[in-house]
Amino acid sequence: MLSQAVALTSINVKSIPERWASSLVIVVGLAGVVAVFTALLAMAVGFESTLKATGRRDVAMVMRGASDTELNSALDRDSIELIKQAPGIRKGDDGKPLASAEMTVVAELIRKNDVKNGANITVRGVDATAFALRPNLKIVSGRNFIPGLRELIVGSGVLRQFQGAEVGRIVRMRGSDWTVVGAFQSEDAHDSELWTDINVARVTFGRTGASSVLAALDGSDGLDELKAALAADPRLTVDAIREEDYFSGQTKQFRRTIGVLAGVVTAIMALGAIFAALNSMYAAVATRSKEIATLRAIGFGGLPVVVSVMMESLLLAVAGGLVGATIAYVLFNDFSVSTVGQNFTQVVFSFKVTPQLVAQGLTIAVAIGMVGGLLPAIRAARLPVTTGLREL
Amino acid sequence: MTRTGFVVANLFRKKTRTILTLLSIVMAFLLFGLLQSVQHLFNAGADFVGATRVMTQARVSFTQPLPIGMVPKLEGVPGVARVAYSQWFGGVWQENTPVFVFAVDPQRYHDVYPEYVMPEEQWQKFAHTRTGMIAGRQVAQQFGWKVGQKIPISSNIFPQKNGSKAWAFDLVGIFDGKDADWQKRTNTSLINFDYFDEANQFIRGRANFFILKLADGTAAEPVCKAVDALFENSPDETKTQTEKDFNLGFVKQVGDIGLIVKWILFAVFFTLLLVVGNTMAQSVRERVPELAVLKTLGFSDGSVLGFVLAEAVAMCLIGGVIGLVLSTIAGGAIEKGTGGQFPIHLTGWVWALGIAAVLVMSVLVGVLPALRARRLKIVDALAGR
Repeated sequence: MLSQAVALTSINVKSIPERWASSLVIVVGLAGVVAVFTALLAMAVGFESTLKATGRRDVAMVMRGASDTELNSALDRDSIELIKQAPGIRKGDDGKPLASAEMTVVAELIRKNDVKNGANITVRGVDATAFALRPNLKIVSGRNFIPGLRELIVGSGVLRQFQGAEVGRIVRMRGSDWTVVGAFQSEDAHDSELWTDINVARVTFGRTGASSVLAALDGSDGLDELKAALAADPRLTVDAIREEDYFSGQTKQFRRTIGVLAGVVTAIMALGAIFAALNSMYAAVATRSKEIATLRAIGFGGLPVVVSVMMESLLLAVAGGLVGATIAYVLFNDFSVSTVGQNFTQVVFSFKVTPQLVAQGLTIAVAIGMVGGLLPAIRAARLPVTTGLREL
Repeated sequence: MTRTGFVVANLFRKKTRTILTLLSIVMAFLLFGLLQSVQHLFNAGADFVGATRVMTQARVSFTQPLPIGMVPKLEGVPGVARVAYSQWFGGVWQENTPVFVFAVDPQRYHDVYPEYVMPEEQWQKFAHTRTGMIAGRQVAQQFGWKVGQKIPISSNIFPQKNGSKAWAFDLVGIFDGKDADWQKRTNTSLINFDYFDEANQFIRGRANFFILKLADGTAAEPVCKAVDALFENSPDETKTQTEKDFNLGFVKQVGDIGLIVKWILFAVFFTLLLVVGNTMAQSVRERVPELAVLKTLGFSDGSVLGFVLAEAVAMCLIGGVIGLVLSTIAGGAIEKGTGGQFPIHLTGWVWALGIAAVLVMSVLVGVLPALRARRLKIVDALAGR
């Protein structure tokens, strides 16, 4: 029986070139479904991995109570000092707490392919500790800003997606000129930001204090210690959260939106592809009904016929799936885009076509191939031998 | 048998094949309708606002509020009839549902936005109740708010003077839009600026946006330039643009939706072209002897070509229209399901695009088989060569 199935399958597969046009329909149909599915989810994965890379487990973020995002948060100078001195924060080499007060404001830059609509970009005012807390951030061209001067350094993501902030350019903010003196790369969400000296930013934007305090945690129970100390101080109404949790919390909404979009689009396309596959396989079976009847007449069983038709459909489906995944990979892997994040500023990220996504795409292809092959296979097996033989 | 009858009869010659092909087309146009509506929502959704208003914000970003002391200066710009201002409140309903709440000056807002309708006495009440709030019809429906209720809303930005972020407002009115387009834009709530300004701990006398209503017949562009020139080189430099551009800019923050939609539709239609084209080619191939008989009977080459093309058009048109109807229904359901937050309604424009796509497609899939049918030599075809 098994040998019968293998023999029939190989006959079918070898005859595919004879029927290449209708076989191509299955391949192309599935390629379309898998390419769209993989590309859409690659966007979600890319966004997620960029934000997740930003948050570290051993760093805590302190913001004003119930602020949710840095943009909504504000801390005054007294609070900042209190937070920095709190227990649970690791000390740096100089004996001072490894904590960085940071102020974020928003500026507008124009997208590369746009002419007038500005997109929001985070401008982060920092001091030297901020760099100590992000060891992966490297200046890749130009130099770092000099504290006290109106100078900016620009993230590589901003350079990829937006115009007007190239090294050497002047950016106008609040009636003053800022020179972009360098570019940095950190392979995470900070790549979507402009950085400058916090004190200059405070003066220009008429603010005191900061948006958040980032603090390196001391040991595994550092966060609990810090949280307890902050809660116990009546002068403070602040929340401390692990930086990792802050950033992974921001991905949920996006992931859900893309998930729904990918689900709906893939489902509709998959239905279309199933109908197309059914069509092709019915046609394939119909053109071979005489041949199948002959095989049945000389003793091949019904099941091997079913298996052989299914196998053909599956092979074509997998081929289509692979083509689709390849297309998605070639066109979209590392394709850089940006969208609005929780801070209402742009997050630049790249599509990531991962092996898991390709595997999921192929699973969908196999499922569609099964469904598309099953009914025609049953029809082929059920065809009465006499009727089949009598056909033209 | 009429020619139409002949085409229809041929179409259902192989029922399974026709139905399956039709279903593929239906799916493609269902997707087409939905995706085009999404794109429309993002790109041209702001058409109806007209050109009677311009929006002024801080040049650096609208998150940076501007002093309302600018109002008299703005009102002095030639062509500006009335100025309203609006400050983002950062509202949160119950646990974690964001609501769009803006603090506005009631009378000014009313003057600048005649498109929002509400009984005059409720406008008056809003203006005279310090803790007053009015809600758009959509919000009120979504959360079941009734006039007269005390609405607890917290702000994720602004604490009150006592440090609490929990606020409460008296709902004194529910406003609606004057027409269908504006009724879909009633997802905001408004509170009294004076009260907010006094009671919050953070900002004093500042607003995110100024909405400038233009005098009748005034062009927007010169006003925008004049306003921005007025505040150049001050710490509060402005960026003024038409209301339409402003709305568009907001939406574009989300990213290039158009590009993604284009890629998906390209994939869908390329696939479909092959599926339907293949079916048509197959059905002509099978009927070569029949077509030869038709020609023998005296049908011209042109009419044989016509039959095949008509079949393609009929198939695409039936499938396309069913698909578009389905997406109209689905879009309506989504709009209802999300309380009007995501208005995917198939406009006449999307339908027109859809029908255009149907026609282009039917020509593309029909033309090769039709030409083949036309070129048939009777002798060869009858001989099965």
